Amino acid sequence: MDKPLEPHDRALTRQAARYTSDCFLCRAAHWCAALLSGSNTMTFLSLKKLTKHFDDFVAVEMLDLNIERGEFISLLGPSGCGKTTTLQMIAGLVNPTRGAIMLEGQDITWLRPEKRGMGVVFQSYALFPHMTVEDNIGFGLEMRGMARSERQRRIGETLDLVRLGGLGKRYTKELSGGQRQRVAIARALAIQPQLLLLDEPMSNLDAKLREDMHIELRSIQRHLGITTLLVTHDQVEAMTMSDRIAVMHGGRIVQLAMPFDAYERPDSPFASAFLGKTNALNGHVVGSNARCAIVNVNDRTFHIPHQGRDLTGDVHVFVRPEKLRLGSGEAPESGLSGQIKTRAFLGNHWMLQVETAMGLMNVSLPNIGEVPPAEGSTVELNWSNEDLRVLPREVAHG
Amino acid sequence: MADLAVGSSPSPTKRKVSDNKPGMAPWLLSSPALLLFVGLLLVPLILTVLLSFHAFDGSRGVLTDYTLKNYIEVFSDGYYHEIFLRTGGLALGVTLLCVLFGVPETLILARMKSPWRALFLIVILGPLLISVVVRTLGWAILFGNNGLINSALMSLGIVSEPVRLLFSMTGVAIALTHVLIPFMVISVWANLQKLDPQVESAGLSLGASPFTVFYRVMLPQLLPGILSGSIIVFALAASAFATPSLLGGRKLKVVATAAYDEFLNTLNWPLGATIAMLLLLANVVIILGANRWVERRFSQVFDT
Repeated sequence: MDKPLEPHDRALTRQAARYTSDCFLCRAAHWCAALLSGSNTMTFLSLKKLTKHFDDFVAVEMLDLNIERGEFISLLGPSGCGKTTTLQMIAGLVNPTRGAIMLEGQDITWLRPEKRGMGVVFQSYALFPHMTVEDNIGFGLEMRGMARSERQRRIGETLDLVRLGGLGKRYTKELSGGQRQRVAIARALAIQPQLLLLDEPMSNLDAKLREDMHIELRSIQRHLGITTLLVTHDQVEAMTMSDRIAVMHGGRIVQLAMPFDAYERPDSPFASAFLGKTNALNGHVVGSNARCAIVNVNDRTFHIPHQGRDLTGDVHVFVRPEKLRLGSGEAPESGLSGQIKTRAFLGNHWMLQVETAMGLMNVSLPNIGEVPPAEGSTVELNWSNEDLRVLPREVAHG
Repeated sequence: MADLAVGSSPSPTKRKVSDNKPGMAPWLLSSPALLLFVGLLLVPLILTVLLSFHAFDGSRGVLTDYTLKNYIEVFSDGYYHEIFLRTGGLALGVTLLCVLFGVPETLILARMKSPWRALFLIVILGPLLISVVVRTLGWAILFGNNGLINSALMSLGIVSEPVRLLFSMTGVAIALTHVLIPFMVISVWANLQKLDPQVESAGLSLGASPFTVFYRVMLPQLLPGILSGSIIVFALAASAFATPSLLGGRKLKVVATAAYDEFLNTLNWPLGATIAMLLLLANVVIILGANRWVERRFSQVFDT
């Protein structure tokens, strides 16, 4: 990443100040409203039983979600899981079949999109090709009737914020992919929206640029304190930027958690497989006690930490590739011998596939300067039972 | 044509390695098209140009000596001025009508759902599938003093006596718009397909009303399509022959019918050729000029 530029930092501070003062006024109003209505818990944006059917196709089904002010939340899921439809309903570009959208306690379900004042960054960036960068960014301000001089000042400030100072007179055709994306972000931020909606904004960038943008966008969002909803199918993107991740599958949220929790303690086989790599083993519950489920996997018994609903019958046991180790482990019950089928070097880690009695296991080893055994060698896999995760088998279609 | 000879010359570095001339292959490959082009277009065109400089005598026919008399006659005679102006006005009017009706038509078409879209596209392209004579006679039946349109207008009490549509420029313009509108629709349609559908949503999300989005965001992006459609419609309307001759009658001549009359009625071939050449020249100048302007105006903005 480039070194932070002077104008960028200045713009960041100025815009942030504006947001904080906005927030203060809004909050004061909120407290009054909350006092009058007798409730003291008001979420910023809340989706209530939001449902969208396209003819026979169920895109979004009874979706409930509460987003707090200033939060960065991601809707993560594969294509067709309803995440983009959800974003479009919030933006007002698609009408829900049922359900409600509440913004600061006000029902905006049927409000026209141009009245919502939300900043939207589209997957294709959707820039206006017949306008210069400046005119693109100024369009929303012009629609708000802002005077030309004030508009110019705000455009310059926003350009500095996204590090595009000096490119204002160009047409979008003359910009690179990364620059176009910055213009799209600037255009959405220029109107100082209450809510920023990002619809897979990074999917057209190359990997290196994407990583830089993750960090930069996150830092802009933090400084401005702007509530942000990101739609993505990229789990790394969701984990890097979000305060919370909502994993979506089949039009529903199957897990809503902080990135670390969502990764370490997935609620469903789907979330477990979608967030990072995992090994799934078939097991059978043979008993349980207060803290553990006793699970039989391939004639071996494991005590797996488990709380919450009681487990019986067939289950899936999940273990992350990076939680597996080679060689003799501390827990004698775990050792599992197998043969290395493939070995791939990925720079910071090695990825092995080991054929065992329990099936093919993916093993990720950090690169600590040693070369792991060659393909074909027999090794022993170890893990600690705390790293196993047990989930009922049938909820796969959450 | 010069491009053809060079053909697909390899990049300079590659060329050094092989150091082969393209040889005869490019010429041989392009010869069928070249022969067709030269034989069926270039030769007749050159002959017409030569013909337009020949002298003509009512009793002896086409003479062998060359003269500028034909051109001088067309340029100095008010009769021809009127014909050229009428043709230009007609072409311009038809082009405007095509823009006025064709653009909304395309936008509505683009928003239609699957089975209807194909159906209405056929309806719009329909005029092109029918013989020009049949179609024009159909209009003549509708336009007549006792035709469907006038009967309907009078029985509804909108007008007291028949509106003159047949043998009027109004009728010609209506019929030409009908047949040329598909070209506008196709051109705008092709332009519309290239647009990013999310751009409209972006306009709305920034607080612009649907009308403002159309006017400020969609229309400017559709301009290249509208302008190229206009060029096609203008050229075809300016050189239209069948419709003006059948619906315009003998008195309301346009350039194409005037040339026809010189060839077949007066038998003054050189003058007919002169009129035809001047129409071609005017069309080429207007089209090239418009095309130049469009390219220069939009090259910075759109990948064309």
